[in-house]
Amino acid sequence: MASSGNNRPAVSGEEECQDRPKSECRYELRLYVAGQTPRSMEAFANLKKICEEHLNGRYSIEVIDLLENPRLAKGDQILAIPTLVRRLPEPVRKIIGTLADTERVLVGLDVRPRRP
Amino acid sequence: MPRSTESIPVKQLRKIPTGIGGFDEITGGGLPQGRPTLIAGGPGSGKTLFGMEFLVRGARDFMSFEEKDTDLVENFSSLGFDLDDLAASNKLALDYVHIERSEILETGEFDLEGLFVRLGFAIDSIGAKRVVLDTIEALFSGFPNEGVLRAEVRRLFRWLKDRGVTAVITCERGNGTLTRHGLEEYVSDCVIFLDHRMIEQVATRRLRIIKYRGTSHGTNEYPFLIDEGGIYVLPITSIGLIHKASTERISSGVPRLDTMLGGEGYFRGSNILITGTAGTGKTSLAAHFANSACSRGERCLYLAFEESESQILRNMRSIGVDLKPWLDNGLLHFHATRPTIFGLEMHLVSMNKLVRDFKPSVVIMDPISNLVSVGSTLEVKSALMRFIDGLKTEGITALFTCLIAWQHQDLTEIGVSSLMDTWITVREIESNGERNRGLYVIKSRGMAHSNQVREFVLSSDGVRLVDVYVGPGGVLTGAARLTQESKDRQEENERAEEIERKTREFEARKLSVEAQVGAMMAELSAREKELKKAVEEEDERKRSLDRQRSEIARQRHSDQVTIRRVE
Repeated sequence: MASSGNNRPAVSGEEECQDRPKSECRYELRLYVAGQTPRSMEAFANLKKICEEHLNGRYSIEVIDLLENPRLAKGDQILAIPTLVRRLPEPVRKIIGTLADTERVLVGLDVRPRRP
Repeated sequence: MPRSTESIPVKQLRKIPTGIGGFDEITGGGLPQGRPTLIAGGPGSGKTLFGMEFLVRGARDFMSFEEKDTDLVENFSSLGFDLDDLAASNKLALDYVHIERSEILETGEFDLEGLFVRLGFAIDSIGAKRVVLDTIEALFSGFPNEGVLRAEVRRLFRWLKDRGVTAVITCERGNGTLTRHGLEEYVSDCVIFLDHRMIEQVATRRLRIIKYRGTSHGTNEYPFLIDEGGIYVLPITSIGLIHKASTERISSGVPRLDTMLGGEGYFRGSNILITGTAGTGKTSLAAHFANSACSRGERCLYLAFEESESQILRNMRSIGVDLKPWLDNGLLHFHATRPTIFGLEMHLVSMNKLVRDFKPSVVIMDPISNLVSVGSTLEVKSALMRFIDGLKTEGITALFTCLIAWQHQDLTEIGVSSLMDTWITVREIESNGERNRGLYVIKSRGMAHSNQVREFVLSSDGVRLVDVYVGPGGVLTGAARLTQESKDRQEENERAEEIERKTREFEARKLSVEAQVGAMMAELSAREKELKKAVEEEDERKRSLDRQRSEIARQRHSDQVTIRRVE
């Protein structure tokens, strides 16, 4: 992830989406990594795939490399690497790991309602 | 093959002092430099304080998982640690790491590189040499995958070691084990266990060094104290009897008592025990001693367990001992506490701390018998022994008073008399409807002390010691002594008069005898003269007779002329 800001020119997440169904919200996502480790690459690939398949252009992904910007770790209280932070819609959610389990990621991002 | 005769230099483990009172003494220098130390303990045992004090006393970088930065600043300002100030001058970095398990969902592999990055960043930002992680437990509760965490904690300890920072990591004690996860104690080089336990409703804090790689350390439990100055650990109990004995003598404050103690008073650095039943004047003797120490310009610490400062001042003024000036110029320091406010160990720690801070040359504990209310006799004895040892090593003279029961006047309640160098007891002597006080020096090591009992009189001029009346009627004190003394005086007067009369009689007799002798001598000499005269006349008569005879013979022309010589 040499290019840390891999922003997709998708729909910006500035609009409020509290009253709307989640399927119409824009997702602002941040992926925290520490260097280009295989685990980070895997997480990024998984995330990209999930977003393309399920969020259909309503998302932006910002990749932050903590080795380059260590001070950013404090703001989102990052400990585990990789960590995916859903900045919008609120509330903030965190998903840690390589995002290998697509179903869990979708549930975690509230793209898909939590089901028993 | 040449054999090297050089001995391999023993590399001493480098330690850095924590600055925590007493702790550096029991560890022989502090925490291992550049290595992680684990502080384990239950809730409220002082882990965070230990960590924070370690930082502030030397001090850099704190990572808290439990308390927010603002809370920390507030909590520690009550202990006189100004964290804001330290943080502002880049001496301290606080990082509050918030972990909320409900916000975190795990999908696939992860590690804690983020923590390392943050820690590394914080260390670099101020060039930290000391790091505290408080507490590692939060990591375990925040992340679901324990397998990963164990590996990461292991890596964290190694990482800290590689960074060369001296780290303190706190963790909670487990149920029956030292730490909850049974891992941290194996990966740290030094493990310290803090305990806060209740014994008979009295809380006692204790500290124990469980392991310390590469160095010897004390293995006992050390009581410690948390007060407005932070942590204070009671240092090692003295290993041997190595204190130096001084030959210097100091006054007890009561001149006649000094006389009883070989004429010069107590030895400096010795222990003095004053026992007595209630109201026998133990405190008064103690106050005299304090007064004399202060008037020599020495510092005196007065530990009162029964009376308040102002009460002692008032009472002592009534016997003419005014301690107020010494209090005002700082030579005298009162520390009045109820024994029951904390445990015995805590008393010991706080007393030690006082001694350390105030640096007195005289310590008075009044009375030690009250300490029994917070510990068993054995515990009190061992605690006192440690305290006394500490004082002796410092060469501090200590005076203890002890209340004893009327029935057992030769026994101290605590059995400490064997520890004492000088033992003075004030005993009540009850007779003829009054109670008087008798003072005895039961023992006083290293000096020829008096074996006499003295009557102990409290007057408005202070303590006075008076000879008791010892006579055929027994030992008399008080009014009985006074009566007996006046009676004696009267008898003596009578006897003196008698002798005077006899002397006069003798003189008269002598005179008359001498007169008689004179008269007889005169008569004798008169007779002698008479006798002499008779002898001379006789001689004269004989000579004239001879002359006549020879005249006659000449006239008769006798052929033979015989001249008889007369003598």
